[in-house]
Amino acid sequence: MTKTPLRVLAAMSGGVDSAVAAARAAEAGHDVTGVHLALSANPQSFRTGARGCCTIEDSRDARRAADVIGIPFYVWDLAERFREDVVDDFVAEYEAGRTPNPCLRCNEKIKFAALLDKALALGFDAVCTGHYATVVLNEDGTRELHRASDMAKDQSYVLGVLDEKQLAHAMFPLGDTLTTKDEIRAEAERRGLAVAKKPDSHDICFIADGDTQGFLAARLGKAEGDIVDESGTKIGSHEGAYGFTIGQRKGLRIGHPAADGKPRYVLDISPVNNTVTVGPAEALDVTALTAIKPRWCGTAPRAPAATPPSSAPTATRPR
Amino acid sequence: MAYLDHAATTPMLPEAIEAMTAQLAVTGNASSLHAAGRRARRTVEEGARRSRPRSARGRARSCSPPGDGGGQPRREGPVLGPARRRPRRTRVLASPVEHHAVLDAVDWLATHEGAVVEYLPVDRHGRVHPDALREAIGRAPESVALATVMWANNEIGTIMPVRELADVAAEFGVPLHADAVQAVGQVPVDFAASGLAAMTVSGHKIGGPYGIGALLLGREHTPYPCCTAAARSGTSAPAPSTCRPSRPSRWPPGSPPSGRRSSPARSAPCATSWSPPSGRSSPTRSSAATRRPAPANAHFTFPGCEGDSLLLLLDAAGIACSTGSACTAGIAQPSHVLLATGTDPDLARGTLRFSLGHTSTKEDVAAVAEAIGPAVERARTAGLS
Repeated sequence: MTKTPLRVLAAMSGGVDSAVAAARAAEAGHDVTGVHLALSANPQSFRTGARGCCTIEDSRDARRAADVIGIPFYVWDLAERFREDVVDDFVAEYEAGRTPNPCLRCNEKIKFAALLDKALALGFDAVCTGHYATVVLNEDGTRELHRASDMAKDQSYVLGVLDEKQLAHAMFPLGDTLTTKDEIRAEAERRGLAVAKKPDSHDICFIADGDTQGFLAARLGKAEGDIVDESGTKIGSHEGAYGFTIGQRKGLRIGHPAADGKPRYVLDISPVNNTVTVGPAEALDVTALTAIKPRWCGTAPRAPAATPPSSAPTATRPR
Repeated sequence: MAYLDHAATTPMLPEAIEAMTAQLAVTGNASSLHAAGRRARRTVEEGARRSRPRSARGRARSCSPPGDGGGQPRREGPVLGPARRRPRRTRVLASPVEHHAVLDAVDWLATHEGAVVEYLPVDRHGRVHPDALREAIGRAPESVALATVMWANNEIGTIMPVRELADVAAEFGVPLHADAVQAVGQVPVDFAASGLAAMTVSGHKIGGPYGIGALLLGREHTPYPCCTAAARSGTSAPAPSTCRPSRPSRWPPGSPPSGRRSSPARSAPCATSWSPPSGRSSPTRSSAATRRPAPANAHFTFPGCEGDSLLLLLDAAGIACSTGSACTAGIAQPSHVLLATGTDPDLARGTLRFSLGHTSTKEDVAAVAEAIGPAVERARTAGLS
């Protein structure tokens, strides 16, 4: 890694990871500026439980951390872009019968696109986040995304959508070291950061109450349809196929057990005819995966575009 | 660093620091009956009395000795008080360009006390025309609890025609409050001659300490305690009271203190003579308050720029300014003041306020003139996100 000091824009959510990441970047000698992204047009004033990461309180936590680190701090409003690229996409994916990961979309479209573009235009060299992942610089100058040193905390799977240009301007100060969350918290404590004991954020930041089904229902409306078994026989009904995830077992509300008494899982979601197919666990077994939007976390392999490699190292399950 | 954000707060005057520091070492609860208490009370009361503009003496009720909280609570009092004292009068008239200290109080009345808040129309400079006030009150004069306007706007510097507005309010017997926090030290402020029922000022905007403000209330009006603490004898703070008189008596507009800076830039000439360099392709606009703004306020709109981007770039260049009110900093929304003047929301996002004060120098202004061109160019590349 280069030792040249960079002008770094640190995305600070108000959580402990991004605060420590910004502190480490500053300590490494970089010229760091903190920025909190206002991603909700109508932010909750205060945290409800320990869920989201977009409240005014979170913004203040981030500002306090920046003050302690001794770096400038700003709040940037990217709410409109976030709604278009992340929230609307989230709803559309569910509507299409898929289960999206909004954090992945946010990294791809917001942190390492909208934010990075603005940062570069304003003269910054890199965007720094608190993700646990590593960027490896190859001898030929190309970059690759690698897992974090600590596999248990690896978050490279939400960054796998970044291309090489984005990786070239990404800085993940937490990815290089073997650190447990407790050690990160201890480091934050040592640095005098008040977020040291702040609970982790869970769930989806723009669904403050954690009720994803309610969030989707409010946007997509009720759409009653059938739940069928593998033979196509109706065995129940639902209020919207978008509310299901393949592999889901709980909350099917079929009301009567399967003939063999075994649990049933969602096998397929068909948004076209609004039907959810359920069946036994064995029917979920797969022997092949087909990627529909491949993205190489580094330089693409040299192969004809029409015939991508039939196999590639793939993380099918992050944890 | 070039500090050009005096509207957010201005450095304390040395004599104010001296007076306050000396007082901090003196013991005494102003509510105590013994000698130490009497001495403290004298400091508090006389500090409050002496701090009133000379013109207000004999007319203003000494109802609000300096206390905690700067302009915010001081401004809530005159808004909440008259409205709560006359509960049958439900209409509250306010200009839409008020500081949030007033807007929040007005909103509170609407939410908790059933007040009907009516925002007065303003022209493109953010001024309430006296006819507009007359029309609003005249629709049902007996239902108006109070009206409130801003003497000098904290963002764009617009001066309200306070005397004319007060005359209109007086025709109908409606108390008019003016938020003069940004006016004192900028334009002549004469409470007695203004015709106002109430006026608020804040210490830290005029060379006094943080956390202290004053409410001037005409003798014909009765104060109304807005929180229970105000109705009993709390512990007053003598130290801040000692430094209140400094600025109004020794720093009238146009005669800044001399001798502390090699080349003190007089606020008014600086603000009016400085033409910011315009971008090659798109012009820089001086914002809404082009007609008779507060002299130390220079507010500009940079089309195609995000104000936050400019702020970051200028901050990095050692220049302190703001995109609007410091009290709304970090809230990423176009200024309610600019929107009220009919400014296009995209334009309203690209604003900067430079405000000068008693420590400003020509070098400060020169630093901005040098840095603003490249900053605007760069911010325009970053565009509106």
